[in-house]
Amino acid sequence: MSLIDLANPTRFLALAARLSPWLALVTVVLLAAGLYLSALAPDDYQQGATVKIMFIHVPNAWLSMFVWGVMSIASLGTLVWRHPLADVAAKAAAPIGASFTFLALLTGSLWGRPMWGTYWEWDARLTSVLILFLMYLGLMALWRAVEDPTRAARAAAVLTLVGALNLPIIKFSVDWWNTLHQPASVMRMGGPALDKAFLIPLLVMAVGFTFLFVTLHVAAMRNEILRRRVRSLQMMQARAYQGSAPSGGATSQAVGAA
Amino acid sequence: MTALGALIRRDIRIALRIGGGALIGVLFFLTVVVLMPFAVGPDLALLTRLGPAILWLGALLASLLTLDRLFTADHEDGSLDLIIMSRTPLELACAAKALAHWLAAGLPLVIATPVLGLLLNLDATATGAVALTLLAGTPALTFIGMIGAALAVTMSRGGLLLAVLVLPLSIPVLIFGVAASQAAIVGPLPFGAPFSILCALSLVSFVIGPFAAATSLRNGLD
Amino acid sequence: MQLSPTLSPRLFGHDVRCVRGGREVFAGLAFEARAGEALAVTGHNGAGKTSLLRLIAGLLLPAGGTIAIADGDSELTVPEQAHYLGHRDALKPALSVRENLTFWADFLGGGMIRPIPDCLEAVGIAHAIDLPAGYLSAGQRRRLSLARLLAVPRLLWLLDEPTAALDVAGQAMFAGLMREHLAGGGLIVAATHGPLGIDTSELRIGN
Repeated sequence: MSLIDLANPTRFLALAARLSPWLALVTVVLLAAGLYLSALAPDDYQQGATVKIMFIHVPNAWLSMFVWGVMSIASLGTLVWRHPLADVAAKAAAPIGASFTFLALLTGSLWGRPMWGTYWEWDARLTSVLILFLMYLGLMALWRAVEDPTRAARAAAVLTLVGALNLPIIKFSVDWWNTLHQPASVMRMGGPALDKAFLIPLLVMAVGFTFLFVTLHVAAMRNEILRRRVRSLQMMQARAYQGSAPSGGATSQAVGAA
Repeated sequence: MTALGALIRRDIRIALRIGGGALIGVLFFLTVVVLMPFAVGPDLALLTRLGPAILWLGALLASLLTLDRLFTADHEDGSLDLIIMSRTPLELACAAKALAHWLAAGLPLVIATPVLGLLLNLDATATGAVALTLLAGTPALTFIGMIGAALAVTMSRGGLLLAVLVLPLSIPVLIFGVAASQAAIVGPLPFGAPFSILCALSLVSFVIGPFAAATSLRNGLD
Repeated sequence: MQLSPTLSPRLFGHDVRCVRGGREVFAGLAFEARAGEALAVTGHNGAGKTSLLRLIAGLLLPAGGTIAIADGDSELTVPEQAHYLGHRDALKPALSVRENLTFWADFLGGGMIRPIPDCLEAVGIAHAIDLPAGYLSAGQRRRLSLARLLAVPRLLWLLDEPTAALDVAGQAMFAGLMREHLAGGGLIVAATHGPLGIDTSELRIGN
């Protein structure tokens, strides 16, 4: 609550205010270029035009993991260095990460619809992403459950790091569970042997989406910092008044007059 | 009516604010349903067959999970004393609290059902049937669970006790809820008969629940 | 306050016996308070001060004896004519000060409501009206519970250590509120260790 506490975030706010328009601009340009390139990309000889969902799906899936990585680093910052900005970064990233994960699930199931004939198949990759989505939601619930942001930050940081360590294990077990039940995956999403015609638009889209994340993250961090300041000010407002409160006698006379 | 309306509004507000548990129930529901395929395997045909049962079990556990704070929170901060003393009959206050709890925690489960139906490969009819039975049946779960919540209010480990007390009482709701869903999906029984019984169970619990809860709250005073 | 202008209500207890957890706390207790009078319940720790207040509030069942209000509103029970201010403040930290008080005014009052800002002004926390109650200090939360007594007029105030968390100014303010309640024909029964700042007759229990 002290001034020193706010010093770093203050510099961050100034920096963010200057950077935000440029970040937004880069994002728009990259996404526009990416969409244009994706539209030009040829249809797949097997999957037809549906393959173009990949240009949205893969960047979202990539970001769903990338954001957890960002949150893990921020959580280290919270636990090890107790940096006030680290809490804010971790908290602001969670809903954005959850949104990307949700979009990855949504596009994945839309992509799967013509392949599988159902919107959902317990495919190993999609299932892993679904579990990741649940973990994001759990993390957000934890942030919401604790009223004091610094206490919530510690708890969320522990959960984030445990999640980061567990994610490979979960991924491995889901793969194993899946191959146990169905010998061959119904389809391979974005295998390594990708044609250049697909690869370039995909990369542009991936970079564009990453910039989208950075833009949104900076904006969300600004909001969170401001929200915390409002909270501190409100607490000060609630407390500070007591010193200058009207004395009891005066108050009860006011009651009598009312 | 002002009093009851105020109570319902307050409880819904608290549930939706920071620290409130309204959406945790939905998250729990989602998690339970996602866990099932890992236990029974990702065979879609099997999941379709088990779908209504899985959804009903998930909803049952989720609505139980959030119930233990129904009276405990008010007991801990002294609000319950004032509610008991007030000119509003305690039975009506209990009913209002249960209604608010259902609106904040039960109804979201019903709304989440179509998404979960997708995961379990249920078609539109089946999802609709399960959602409809949940809409008719979850009020019964809340109003029956309220009795357990009132009994457990003065005990320190009330949450666990609540589950043990309430789960047996909710068996009829589970039976007819799943039966009605299955009837709508595969037959051969007509949908109407078990569904009517399910509605009847809900209506009966509207009457029994508040009276039993109010009685146990009054007797649990100290 | 528009309590009962013509009648002069009287709270009395006769041969009241209280048993808690198999142990007799007190027996044969008799007390009386008329409109405009305050009764200070004193006694050592464990003498049953809180128990007596909860008996009057209907939150405990007496093991024997009667507690009633004579010449009050015959339609209502004693608890329904009373405010109970216990150790716990009956506030929800997630709701704002206004929401907390509005709820109790609506729930207890059913229409006869004094404006919420007035009540908060009277207890000195009007500045915090739109802040979450969780931001208040213990003394301020106490003041907010006191505002409940003003928002809804009730004949009988049952106060359990009402001044515990209040500072000196708060105690003076509260003494003013109690005097006003008594002047309007109200009744007060307060369990207390210290002076309340108003004229009281003492009811000593235990020993």
